[in-house]
Amino acid sequence: MSKRLINIIVPIIAVILGLLAGAIIMMITGYNPVDGFSALFYGMFGEVFYAGETIRQLTPYILSGLAVAFAFRTGLFNIGVEGQVLVGWLASVWVGLAFDLPKIIHLPLAILAAVAAGAMWGFIPGFLKARFKVHEVIVTIMMNYIALHVVNHIIRTVLTKGAERTPDVPQSALLKSPMLELMSDYSRLHWGILIALFGAFLMWFILEKTTRGYELRSVGFNHHASEYAGMNVNRNIILSMVISGAFAGAAGAMEGLGTFGYASIKGGFTGIGFDGIAVALLGGNTAVGIILAAILFGGLKVGALNMPLETGIPTELVDIIIALIIFFIASSYIIRWALTRNSKKGVK
Amino acid sequence: MDYVIEMLNIRKEFPGIVANDNITLQVKKGEIHALLGENGAGKSTLMNVLFGLYQPEQGEIRVNGNRVNITDPNVANKLGIGMVHQHFMLVDKFSVTENIILGSEPSKAGQINMKEAIMGVRQLSEQYGLSVDPNAKISDISVGMQQRVEILKTLYRGAEILIFDEPTAVLTPQEIKELIAIMKTLIKEGKSIILITHKLKEIMDVCDRVTVIRKGVGIGTVNVPETNPNELASLMVGRDVVFKTVKKDANPKETVLDIQDLVVKDSRGVASVNGLSLNVKAGEIVGIAGVDGNGQSELIEAITGLKKSESGKVSLNGKEIQNMSPRKITRSGIGHIPQDRHKHGLVLDFPIGENMVLQTYNQQPYSKNGILNYKNIYEKARTLIKDFDVRTPSEYTLARALSGGNQQKAIIGREVDRDPDLLIAAQPTRGLDVGAIEFVHKRLIEQRDRGKGVLLVSFELDEVMNVSDRIAVIYEGKIVAIVNPKETTEQELGLLMAGSTAGKKAGEEANV
Ligand SMILES: Nc1ncnc2c1ncn2[C@@H]1O[C@H](COP(=O)(O)OP(=O)(O)OP(=O)(O)O)[C@@H](O)[C@H]1O
Ligand SMILES: [Mg+2]
Repeated sequence: MSKRLINIIVPIIAVILGLLAGAIIMMITGYNPVDGFSALFYGMFGEVFYAGETIRQLTPYILSGLAVAFAFRTGLFNIGVEGQVLVGWLASVWVGLAFDLPKIIHLPLAILAAVAAGAMWGFIPGFLKARFKVHEVIVTIMMNYIALHVVNHIIRTVLTKGAERTPDVPQSALLKSPMLELMSDYSRLHWGILIALFGAFLMWFILEKTTRGYELRSVGFNHHASEYAGMNVNRNIILSMVISGAFAGAAGAMEGLGTFGYASIKGGFTGIGFDGIAVALLGGNTAVGIILAAILFGGLKVGALNMPLETGIPTELVDIIIALIIFFIASSYIIRWALTRNSKKGVK
Repeated sequence: MDYVIEMLNIRKEFPGIVANDNITLQVKKGEIHALLGENGAGKSTLMNVLFGLYQPEQGEIRVNGNRVNITDPNVANKLGIGMVHQHFMLVDKFSVTENIILGSEPSKAGQINMKEAIMGVRQLSEQYGLSVDPNAKISDISVGMQQRVEILKTLYRGAEILIFDEPTAVLTPQEIKELIAIMKTLIKEGKSIILITHKLKEIMDVCDRVTVIRKGVGIGTVNVPETNPNELASLMVGRDVVFKTVKKDANPKETVLDIQDLVVKDSRGVASVNGLSLNVKAGEIVGIAGVDGNGQSELIEAITGLKKSESGKVSLNGKEIQNMSPRKITRSGIGHIPQDRHKHGLVLDFPIGENMVLQTYNQQPYSKNGILNYKNIYEKARTLIKDFDVRTPSEYTLARALSGGNQQKAIIGREVDRDPDLLIAAQPTRGLDVGAIEFVHKRLIEQRDRGKGVLLVSFELDEVMNVSDRIAVIYEGKIVAIVNPKETTEQELGLLMAGSTAGKKAGEEANV
């Protein structure tokens, strides 16, 4: 079996195994898996409203998945996507509130602010890694907490006077679109999906088509050989984290300017960044794979809301199914092993 | 006579290539059996089949006359087959003993019994004359020692048949002698050995029989006492091979590389290049002879910008280049065939085609305005693959999938093609077959004849003496003598390399 084929088949099998395990759990807990799954799928795409919500949900997943994958392709683990999403969210809302500009300037400016904030948040661990060899996983995890508390603090003291959330961002900086909402039966669908798809294209283009991408990939695979070839390994490490953070910041703008239109105090993380890790993993760190994986994750998250309504199955069960899919992906080594083993037998 | 191992009519295919085509290999108990073949002939593949890493499409394997099905390396271990790989598989941060017991730890109630393990390792080490310190850390011991740890690993798992895949390629001449002694002890203790090597001399010295394969096809098995190196070479290549490199006299011109009082510290802070001076002229090949660890690697790393020098000067064509970035140095006209092809020479997970532009990807015609031009990249790759006889199914194949020797040829092609004023070749023929060695030597001499400077570093005295126009002997970070290869002998070189002050030192050093 060719390697490429295996790379495609493994995630699919993982998804199927995850769903199967979910079915078994539903049966054990006394629910009908057929009903459960049909409610789940109906809740994803069964009505235009659900479809709109699914697309809205998967939009930030694409971008956070891209963020994780971009760093990973350069050999770095960006666990800090969550924090970069938060600062991006804040920055987009801040710019949205601070200026009064025509939409054609205001909206791009707000998105760029988010991108820049995420990039800056990615720059710090990249710089520490390049300069002092501090492991990026540790720094990015710490940066997540810093982001959470700094963002909360700014919302409470700078953007408001002790309120729980900021005022709504004016229409001129919003991704929200009355037309899309109308078309999708008043879901929260917004224009962000186009930005996310453009992001996926951008990642593919940078990595596969540009000399910079050649360097980034080369450094990711073998930094000794890259150094030998005259590439500046440290600069590429920093750049990779900056671009990764920029994608994550854009994911934050999707929430700040699209789904919500404001920023609020958070008791904990949004999960967008951490789910991005799973999306990147499931999508094999490729642009197209990430889009597909984000559709699945977004769909499951939104569809899950429908399960308790129609069948009484708790949403926690969907979380368990998602967790199981991740588990099977992470143990894809076993699937790979079983596949190659079988193909060996087939030959004899 | 009974065979311990019989591999009958083995066939193994990879996408686009038949690596083993109906090969038969029969090994007698207690013999050293050589496996000989060109780069990419399929030797490693055949051994990986025997060790259970690959499954053959056809053929059968018998161990002690019983038909077996070796599905993975654990099965191979149980059958008493052990393998010392071309590239070691050791955990750097672990001790020798920890590495050896990894995967088969002696344990009592879930606790690893370290004392017992260390004793076991020490005892094995003494039995086979390996003198390995069971407590040393892998990162602290030499390559030769690491190899012995690999040998111990197989013995610890009860190997009766040991496969050595090009064990001598990474060793110094002294270490090779010691390894040969170890192999003889192993045979005395009743083990059998399959040895892959490109060095015909080693086959003549230690092997009993040799099986030759050519382009995946078994050519036959001959008794070593009944053959000679020339016959073996032509069996393997399919034509006659010239051993003595033929070349015209050098015609040295202006100085290309000039090194003055260079000092370079190694990773531990010791000055391993310690006030070294040397020059290379256009149109000559300067060979550096020396025992491994006398500053050769640090010297090359300093010239190419991979390591900082503490003091001294390095000039290329009269311009100082010390402590410039590797890119600047590369661009100013230095080509470098690195000693460690996997670490520095290639990005193994890139297609071989993309590896061909590792330094030039951001120049025209391979890219323009930051956008890669894959068409031109792969066109260049195809030309180089053809010109340098790199055997690969296609230019899109990952570098990882090429045989060791073909990876090396690809690197040489890339570096020579950039047509540098100074070509640094560190162990350029390590792991190459005799035909390919001849080819590489020709290319180095061709560069010289085109008026380029060549700096050759090699642990093989034969190579240094055959190819160089001048030999610089390095000892403890200094050039201690410059000799003329036509006037010197291996003995004299050996003495100089060992730091003997006799001979030419005093008189010649003044002329450096
Ligand atoms: N994993 C693989 N995938 C695809 N092709 C492979 C793979 N491993 C080896 N090959 C191909 O099979 C052929 C035989 O390779 P092999 O490594 O056995 O050669 P070798 O005789 O050991 O050569 P060398 O002396 O250079 O080490 C080569 O053409 C190589 O490109
Ligand atoms: Mg090999």
